[in-house]
Amino acid sequence: MSLFSRFMDGWRKYRKPGYYDEFDYHWTMTIDLDKCTGCEACVTACQAENNIPVVGEDEMAKGREMQWIRIERYWEGEYPNAKLSFIPMMCQHCDAAPCETVCPVGATYHNQDGLNAQIYNRCIGTRACAVYCPYEVRYFNYYDHEWDSPLEQQLNPDVTVRGKGVMEKCTFCIQRIRQAKDVAKDDDRRRVQDGEMQPACVQTCPTKALVFGDRKDHESQVYKSMNDPRNYRVLDELNTDSSVFYLKKVDA
Amino acid sequence: MTTETFKLGYNDIHDDVVRSIVKTGPKYYITLATAGSVTLLCFFFPWFYQLYYGIGAAGMNHPGVWGTYLASFIFWIGLSHSGTLLSCVLHLTNSSWRKAMYRSAEAMTLFSLVVAATYVMVHVGRPWFIHWAVPYPNQMELWPNFRSPLLFDVMAIATYITGSTIFIYMGSIPDFAAVRDRTSGWRNTMYTLLSLGWRGTDKEWHRLHWAYTFLAVLIIPLAVSVHSIVSWDFAMSIVPSLHQTIFAPYFVVGAIYSGTAGIVTVMFVLRKTMGFEQYITKLHFDNLGKLLLVLSLIWTYINGVELFTAWYSGTSEEYEALGYKLFGYYAWLYWEMILFCAVAPMLMFSTRFRTSFVPMLILSIAINIGMYTERFLIVATSLSRQYLPDAWGVYVPSLVEISIMVGSFALFTTLFLIFVKIFPSVSMYEVKETMATPKMEPAAPAAGSPA
Repeated sequence: MSLFSRFMDGWRKYRKPGYYDEFDYHWTMTIDLDKCTGCEACVTACQAENNIPVVGEDEMAKGREMQWIRIERYWEGEYPNAKLSFIPMMCQHCDAAPCETVCPVGATYHNQDGLNAQIYNRCIGTRACAVYCPYEVRYFNYYDHEWDSPLEQQLNPDVTVRGKGVMEKCTFCIQRIRQAKDVAKDDDRRRVQDGEMQPACVQTCPTKALVFGDRKDHESQVYKSMNDPRNYRVLDELNTDSSVFYLKKVDA
Repeated sequence: MTTETFKLGYNDIHDDVVRSIVKTGPKYYITLATAGSVTLLCFFFPWFYQLYYGIGAAGMNHPGVWGTYLASFIFWIGLSHSGTLLSCVLHLTNSSWRKAMYRSAEAMTLFSLVVAATYVMVHVGRPWFIHWAVPYPNQMELWPNFRSPLLFDVMAIATYITGSTIFIYMGSIPDFAAVRDRTSGWRNTMYTLLSLGWRGTDKEWHRLHWAYTFLAVLIIPLAVSVHSIVSWDFAMSIVPSLHQTIFAPYFVVGAIYSGTAGIVTVMFVLRKTMGFEQYITKLHFDNLGKLLLVLSLIWTYINGVELFTAWYSGTSEEYEALGYKLFGYYAWLYWEMILFCAVAPMLMFSTRFRTSFVPMLILSIAINIGMYTERFLIVATSLSRQYLPDAWGVYVPSLVEISIMVGSFALFTTLFLIFVKIFPSVSMYEVKETMATPKMEPAAPAAGSPA
């Protein structure tokens, strides 16, 4: 291959979002808002699984809460006829992510699984990704957080504890994905099977509103779910090409 | 040229400028000590506190992840804009009135850039890894992300600092030589080194002028690009009210505007404190006033365009952001900015206003307060109202941020105070060019000092 064509090839790969011609897996989540009760079990599960710090009252009042997945509440109408709707919101793992282009050091990038990955020890804390993210799902470590005893005993050994000055966000529990892939490899299987691995929030959801899986596997539950006629993506008009599909709540 | 300058001889200029370097009164030391200690107390101490405990010491939150640090960064970059840029434009257009003031204007550029670069370190969460944003070859073959507007920024600012440094240094070489010939002791040694063996031959003058003009031509597009790129940090996002194509010219005009106002302030202070009444005259204030007036009109127009674009987009996010800007939590700041930067400068339509020193000083400070507010609002209002209403919030700066902001002005002052004792703060040889050649050579200075 000539130097020029090698360069052009590299350049084309570089220009493609995620730099891949094709993803190995294409992890996707669907959230059925008709089934979601807003119980916030997913929020708690995520907090425990991913070593997310509990920031405390004062920091919460300053608006520095950290929840990789949060339940957004919206009120419609005035008090007697008020109607509450809610929607779980987490990193949408956009395939055309605004946050990825802006990071000067490339601490956030698209990996071969179609995930929007965050490299904590490469992050220099410009916080530009949080500004660029239209979903506001990136959380910044303003301090070195501490866990009150005995909470430090339950930290997940598979997940980094982030220090001050680092941005973090939902990873689709990348540690579980990695583990599932390792197991699949050791089993002489080429691919992870549907339902073999679930992120903490999906595992915890009591109503099974959250479904997770590989979009490339057309037999998977998530593939069927994302092709439900009720499906939509939040802020789809921004062309972020996100990997989280919501299934509309249909009011009776 | 006013007649005032013609009263001076070549020697007077040398005497005045060398005196300003060599003769240091207690007033200077008191000012320097004050500025230095304020810098230490208000800038470095809170910064170290923040480095130790984390950036939570500042008031930033979610969604207001950018705050006054970034606003100050843009402000200082903006302030840097007029110096070298203005000097280059005026040099190329042969505006002789530039000559008395450009050295201090260029110094302003340099020190504003230094303060701005320091602000980048204050702003980021882990400044000890800031070198990762620089493309240097390394063992891990890790490069920065060349698609990032923040990386463009690093490049642009680094280039601009380098360019401005060379520009101000090269323009000062003949003056260093002149001071070298009139000083003794350690100063003589220092200026000997700084003047790079300048002898003042025809060849040297020819080369200096050629190189100087070359750099001037080079720096103008550079200066325009720097602030365009700074604006892309914002405009390349999809945040409502930031995602606008007008941002690059908006920032460039805003930068030149606040920079020119800054020059007026600095010139007033230099004129009063250094005894440069005969060099910096009403003419300079008049001309700069006209420039400021034009810039304020362009700035006002662009602000109108910004509002119009938001309204014309017809999208709910832009409407919300627009309404929030005009009538929301930060609205009083917005109207203060309009008052200081769009309404008050109308006074400069009057020649009497432009040629009076104290009103011009007050106005120039007001303009810069307004322009700081503008930068703050660009960051604060836009981040407060983004797409998802659940993530709406308000950001208020903390004490640490305010202290660092105050301290940054002290840092700038400290650097400038050191500068005036090292650099001849009025360009001697160029002021001489504007004067009539004396009929008779004044008493010959020591041999071997033709500068």
